[in-house]
Amino acid sequence: MPEMLSLSNDPILFIAVMLAKILAVFVVLLLIVAYATYAERKIIGHMQTRLGPTMTGPLGLLQPIADGLKLFFKEDIIPAQASKLAFILAPMMILVPAFITVAVIPFGGNIVIGGYTVPLQIADLNVGILFILAMEGLGVYGIVLAGWASNNKYSLLGGIRSAAQVISYELAAGLSIVAVFMLAETLSLSGIVEAQSGSVFNWFVFSQPLAFCVFFVTSVAEINRVPFDLPEAETELVSGFCTEYSSMKYALFFMAEYANMVVVAAVISTLFLGGPAGPFPGVINLLLKIFFFMFVLIWMRATFPRVRYDQLMFMGWKVFLPLALLNIVITGAVIVL
Amino acid sequence: MATNEIMTINMGPQHPSTHGVLQLILELDGETVVKATPHIGFLHRGVEKLAENRSYHRALPLTDRLDYLAPMSNNLGYVLAVEKLLGIEDEIPQRAKVVRVMMAELTRIKSHLVWLATHALDIGAMTVFIYCFRERELIMDMYEKLSGARMTSNYFRVGGLSLDLPDGFEQDVKNFIDAMPGHLETYEGLLTGNAIWQKRTRGVGYISAADAIDIGLTGPALRASGVDWDLRRDNPYSGYEEYDFKVITREGCDTFDRYTARLDEMRESCKIIQQCLDKLEDGPILADNPGVSLPPKENVLNSIEGLIHHFKLVTDGFKPEPGEIYQGIEAPKGELGYYMVSDGSANPYRMKIRPPSFVNLQALPQMVEGALLADVIATIGTLDIVLGEIDR
Repeated sequence: MPEMLSLSNDPILFIAVMLAKILAVFVVLLLIVAYATYAERKIIGHMQTRLGPTMTGPLGLLQPIADGLKLFFKEDIIPAQASKLAFILAPMMILVPAFITVAVIPFGGNIVIGGYTVPLQIADLNVGILFILAMEGLGVYGIVLAGWASNNKYSLLGGIRSAAQVISYELAAGLSIVAVFMLAETLSLSGIVEAQSGSVFNWFVFSQPLAFCVFFVTSVAEINRVPFDLPEAETELVSGFCTEYSSMKYALFFMAEYANMVVVAAVISTLFLGGPAGPFPGVINLLLKIFFFMFVLIWMRATFPRVRYDQLMFMGWKVFLPLALLNIVITGAVIVL
Repeated sequence: MATNEIMTINMGPQHPSTHGVLQLILELDGETVVKATPHIGFLHRGVEKLAENRSYHRALPLTDRLDYLAPMSNNLGYVLAVEKLLGIEDEIPQRAKVVRVMMAELTRIKSHLVWLATHALDIGAMTVFIYCFRERELIMDMYEKLSGARMTSNYFRVGGLSLDLPDGFEQDVKNFIDAMPGHLETYEGLLTGNAIWQKRTRGVGYISAADAIDIGLTGPALRASGVDWDLRRDNPYSGYEEYDFKVITREGCDTFDRYTARLDEMRESCKIIQQCLDKLEDGPILADNPGVSLPPKENVLNSIEGLIHHFKLVTDGFKPEPGEIYQGIEAPKGELGYYMVSDGSANPYRMKIRPPSFVNLQALPQMVEGALLADVIATIGTLDIVLGEIDR
């Protein structure tokens, strides 16, 4: 067996491998985001006795490209009364955190290339979970800023709703995964995946079903998907924070929504479903899990009405937060015993 | 900058949930509604005034465009009013009466389907919207078969009907009402038991029976407040006394009860339509009254007397005795009334329409005061207003 070489001893190779990984993840993520829009329209279409896109390319497969091109060539309107800098910054501030989060998701074990061990993860932070929570929390600034900068009352309401929503749900989401790293005894995501390895029944979804449910629901609320899509609420707030946005800026919001879906699906898969563990090569397992959760999110959109603002807050503070706390207490008790 | 903390927003007329061109001036404290003021008139076309310059026959198509989601109900109210003015209510052939009731009930289902679709969509349930429009399409097809138009039907005539039922029409209706209860189950499966739907509708848009009567609320909105009042039973027209149906009432006075009441009304409508199909027998479709009814087409084409008859009726119209009448019907959205005044000429001297939506809309400010912005949307939906008949 050849001697294991470490990449960190060779800075040039290290940077090259890093760039390759970032590029690969970025391209795959963009592809998933683009085709998530297509999948959503097709799936909801068939659920609603429609067909979804059919005209652009075979089976409408070129639809995301056509949409992208269309948005790219649209006139980019900045309202005269808008706060210009914030208006331009907002869509970037919402998209960037969504993409950055993917950096800490492990999408496979270590592989060996030419004697070098390459971990299939862009950055194995020892505070991985905190990083994810921080980035998800950052995303809301984009929405609040967009709502405020548009100088539109509906957008403002959307921004305010979003701020309130994310604050109340982030607490419950954070607390629910406290139980997970109490079991894993690490904050690093690769460590958590490690802790779940072995058998399917080591997955935290079985030992932490309550945390899984709370984290899933609160995550849906954090990424503003139905039934918690209050900041957008097309029929109430006329698309809320993105009312005034057009062209590529709107496209960025759109991409951010789907990127967030991917990220949340990836995080849940990693924390509760063993990440890349499974019968196929690691990356494929993870992708399958991600697609499953994205399908559930799309399915929910076709099924549920929208909750009301006060009901949302009620659920966040009085249902999910106590549940998450209770779960920590139970987990702690079980560990001690 | 406003110095107080009340934010005023214009909701509509370009807003996806104001069901047309309603404008609401909302005064919001946070998301709580302090005051809501409806502004109407963006769709005013002067239907009442236009009718004064047209003969009675030619005023009929104007009524299609009042509540454009239930054109045949509007037609029915109008022809009944004119027949009352002429004093020929008893001359209407049985077949025409039965077809009128059948189409009026199909129209009720059609109107309620659009209500459910948009109401659910406003609250965020997208799938129900598509399902309802799928069923509505079948009724539209029937409209098209019958009158050639999908929305502006203009099918009834003073004295009866314009055309007889086409071949196979009864089978279409039969197929539809057989399938409809199953579809209603589907909608209920998606909404009624859904916790979010219940939270969004129970207790929202409360209006007590006393307030509802004071405002003049009619239709399902009144009956869901516990007032047992339905013109089809309490002041029957077009032979409604011969049908066996229940008047649906609820006690909850809220959006959820108005929702279940309308769903049950659709079920009752299916039963009435079934009875219509059983009653339907061959016979004339137009009153045998040469002063009012157009002659059959073959007479017009083959005899000079028929041609002159047709020509005189079309150019001169008929001239009711001077007088005034009021005819109200139970339209899908409530009491649709026509107040007709004749001065003895061929044109109505005055045609005053009492649209149900106009009166029902008056309950909105009271119903949404102190509620949240999202409840305003739900309340507009539950009142089932159509701006076509509010603005006329």
